Amino acid sequence: MKLIVAIIQPYCLEQVKQALYAADVNLITVSEVLGHGRQKGVTEYYRGVKETGNLLRKIRLEIAVNENFVEPTINAIMKGAKTGKTGDGKIFIMDLQECVRIRTGDRGTNAIG
Amino acid sequence: MNVHPVNTVDTLFVLLSAALVMLMTPGLALFYGGMVRKKNILSILMQCFAAMCILNVWWIIIGYSLCFFPSNGFWGGLGWLGLNGVGYAPMPDYSSTIPNRVFMIFQSMFAVITPALIIGAFAERMKFSAYLVFTLLWATFVYAPVCHWVWGSGGWLKQMGVLDFAGGIVVHTTAGVGALVATVIIGRRKNLFHSPAPHNLPIVVLGTGLLWFGWFGFNAGSALGVNEIAVNAFITTNTAAAAAGMTWSLLEWIRNGRPTVFGIVTGCVAGLATITPGAGYVSIGSSILIGALASIFCFIAVAIVKTKYKYDDSLDVFGVHGVGGMLGTICVGIFASKAVNPQGANGLLQGNPQFLLIQITGVLVAALYTIVVTFLIYKFINIFLGVRIGEQEESIGLDLAQHREHAYTILE
Repeated sequence: MKLIVAIIQPYCLEQVKQALYAADVNLITVSEVLGHGRQKGVTEYYRGVKETGNLLRKIRLEIAVNENFVEPTINAIMKGAKTGKTGDGKIFIMDLQECVRIRTGDRGTNAIG
Repeated sequence: MNVHPVNTVDTLFVLLSAALVMLMTPGLALFYGGMVRKKNILSILMQCFAAMCILNVWWIIIGYSLCFFPSNGFWGGLGWLGLNGVGYAPMPDYSSTIPNRVFMIFQSMFAVITPALIIGAFAERMKFSAYLVFTLLWATFVYAPVCHWVWGSGGWLKQMGVLDFAGGIVVHTTAGVGALVATVIIGRRKNLFHSPAPHNLPIVVLGTGLLWFGWFGFNAGSALGVNEIAVNAFITTNTAAAAAGMTWSLLEWIRNGRPTVFGIVTGCVAGLATITPGAGYVSIGSSILIGALASIFCFIAVAIVKTKYKYDDSLDVFGVHGVGGMLGTICVGIFASKAVNPQGANGLLQGNPQFLLIQITGVLVAALYTIVVTFLIYKFINIFLGVRIGEQEESIGLDLAQHREHAYTILE
């Protein structure tokens, strides 16, 4: 089991969601966050539009998946969020120790799906 | 020599009514602004204020003359260019008790809000520059002629006997039908897999409140004096709005199981738009019925017709204002009574089907003309400027892409 956390551009969210659905990844948590990467958020451009202010708006996705879904999930996020410009974001993949479904008490790989 | 002395009470009333109607455009801005996704609210507010800034100046320079200079022509004419000859003396063709200038500034507010109504049709996807040109051309080539035909001295629909008390044809039919044309040509919003819920419903409610309040100036003020007609218009306006809000809620309750806030305010606006052409011609009893009919027809347009034909009239300009304006104008042909307004007409229920036909003709002429000219204006702008913004800018949102501003911050 892996936990995939991705930081993406807000305007890519809809495309990422569609790409995830297409890859049969239907479980997703989305939050609105502020942050910046190496460019320190000072000179970021949205297609020629300069964002002012130090912290930039980003979207954070959290997706817990079983092993066979790791690559499809990464590919889907790449597909939806890659524009080739600074600020496209990052994907973090980490091992997930345990997963519990609150309603039933199911644990492990069954609980994720 | 002043044959018609100015009545100061009437003048005060119409000046204050003009101020009330002015407030409707910011009200509309909030009504629409709360409905869009939060990345686009500023673009709506900006478009509404731009309409106020551009069209109020346009009106002084040429608009009033095109609309109201007495003539039999397509437009009024250029006789009042730059308000030349528009003075303190009353213009008896419009009102013999208030200064021509007061009538002028009252009408200016109508010319501002009408093109602003269309904003809801292409919300979240139109270039700001294209919007500015569209507004100016649409006011000149759609609003001005239709306004002259229906309200202007010598206008041919007016001479035919078409009655439009405060703008069922001139304002709501033209804006609503123009909106339908614009929404069909510009196409659906991208990446929209479900109809987005209003991002800030309380703002929509506040906007509705301001609209309802301003509508007293719009309708009662259209009596152009403190008299029985103004009182009648004030009460029918209020009653129709209330009846329509009630009806919309009831329809939702029956069909979807729950009455919604968005539904009740939409109903109120539908009622206000629908009573507009008849406010000074129909009885208070009829206004309850007109309000109820407004919600029934607009509900069908918004909830059933729009879903079936899949056009993306984002904020239901056609479904509420277009349908309301046309229905209301036809309702004048049914419910109007000379007992209410001796300068009006008797409608179908008073045994005069002829008048109903005249009203239907008036609506059809205005609607057909609006369809053709709005289409031409759109295509013309599309050739030179391009109307629609790029797909990525649309995803980013117009606030940031077109105005480099955010409406809301997350932390600070």
